[in-house]
Amino acid sequence: MDQFTALIVAKYNYWIYVTLMMIGFYAMIGKKNLVKKLIGMNIFQTAIILMFVSAGVKQGARIPILDKHHVMEHGVNVAEIVNPLPHVLMLTAIVVSVSVTGVALAILLRIYREYGTLEEDEILEKLEK
Amino acid sequence: MKLLQERTAKLRVGESLIIQTAVRIMVPFIQLFGLYVIVHGHYSPGGGFQGGVVLGASFVLLALAFDQKFSMKYMSEKANGVLGNVGALIYTGTAALCAIFGGLFLDYSALDKLIPLGPVGWRSFGIFIVEVGVGLAVMSIMAALFWVLGSNGDMEEGL
Amino acid sequence: MKALALLTTLITGAILLYGTMDFPAFGDPQSPAAIHLSAYFIEEAVHETHVPNLVTAVLGDYRGYDTMFETVVIYCAGLAVVSVLRKKRSKTQENKS
Repeated sequence: MDQFTALIVAKYNYWIYVTLMMIGFYAMIGKKNLVKKLIGMNIFQTAIILMFVSAGVKQGARIPILDKHHVMEHGVNVAEIVNPLPHVLMLTAIVVSVSVTGVALAILLRIYREYGTLEEDEILEKLEK
Repeated sequence: MKLLQERTAKLRVGESLIIQTAVRIMVPFIQLFGLYVIVHGHYSPGGGFQGGVVLGASFVLLALAFDQKFSMKYMSEKANGVLGNVGALIYTGTAALCAIFGGLFLDYSALDKLIPLGPVGWRSFGIFIVEVGVGLAVMSIMAALFWVLGSNGDMEEGL
Repeated sequence: MKALALLTTLITGAILLYGTMDFPAFGDPQSPAAIHLSAYFIEEAVHETHVPNLVTAVLGDYRGYDTMFETVVIYCAGLAVVSVLRKKRSKTQENKS
C-alpha cells in the first residue's frame, strides 16, 4: 500500500490528466447531445495539452526567456531552463483546438437548422423517415 | 442628467450604459496591448497567436456589450476578410521569397541578398514578419468565427 | 448504453494509468523529452537567431513549417465556417439597400 501511495505521489500529474481525459471521453461516447459531445472533446484536448506541457517541466528551472548578452558571453546551463519544445507544440495545438471547435459549432448550427434538434437519437429517427 | 435618462431609455434588454461606456474606453487599450504582445514577442511571453487572439477579443467584446452592427463599424466584414488573407499571404509570401532568393523554403537568412542585415539579423527579423502575418490571420479568423456563429450566418442581429 | 460507455471509459483510464508506470516522474531534468533536441535549442537558439524568447525562436524559425501550416489550418477553418453558415441577405433588405 505504501508503495502504491508513493507511486501516486511521484506521478500525481498523470493521474489528474487521466481523470480529465476520462471525463471528456465519457462525455464523447456516453452523451446523446451533440454539444455535450463537443464539450467533451474540448476537455479531452485540454487533458492532452496539460500532459504535454508537464513533459517540459524541470524541477527548479526558469522560464525559457534568456538574457541575450549573458548567454552570448557565458553560455547557458541546460538544466536551468524549462524545455521550450512542448510549449511550442501545444501553442499550435491550442489554436487547432479553437478552429476545430469553431468548425464543429458551425456544423452543429447547420444541423440544427436542418433538423430542429441536436439530440443524436432524434436526428437518427428523422433521417430514417 | 436628462441626457443620461434619454440614452438609458433607448437601450434594449440586456444592454447597460455602464458596461457600454467601460467597453468604449477599454477597447483601444486592449487593441494596443494586442499589438504590444505581437511585436514584443521576441523579448517577453507573446507572439502572433496570442496577440491575434487579444486583438480578436476586442471585437468580440464590442459585439457583446453593444450589438453586432456596432462591432462591425470598427471592422467591416470585407476588411476583415482582406486582413485574414493578407496575414496568411505574408507568411507564405515570406517563405516563398526565401526560396526565390536562393535559400531553402522558410530559411530567412537567404533574404540577406535583398536587404543586407546579416544572416542572423534576418533570422530574427524574419520571425518578426512572420509573427505579424500570423497575428493578422488569427485576429480576422477569431472575429469572423464569433460574428458568423453568433448571428447564425446573417451578420446582422448577433447576440 | 451508458453503463457500456462508463465501462469503456474506466478500462481506457486503467490502461493509460498502467502506461504511466514507465513515464518519467514530474519535473525530472533527465527525462527523455529534455535531453535530446531541446538541449540544442536552449544552447544554440540565441546564438543562431538572436531571439531571447526560445518559444518564439523555435516557433518561427526551427519549426517554421509547423507554424505555417498552422496558419493555413486556421485560415481553412475560418473559410469553412463562413462557407457553411453565411447566408445572403433576405430580399426585403436587398430592396431597401
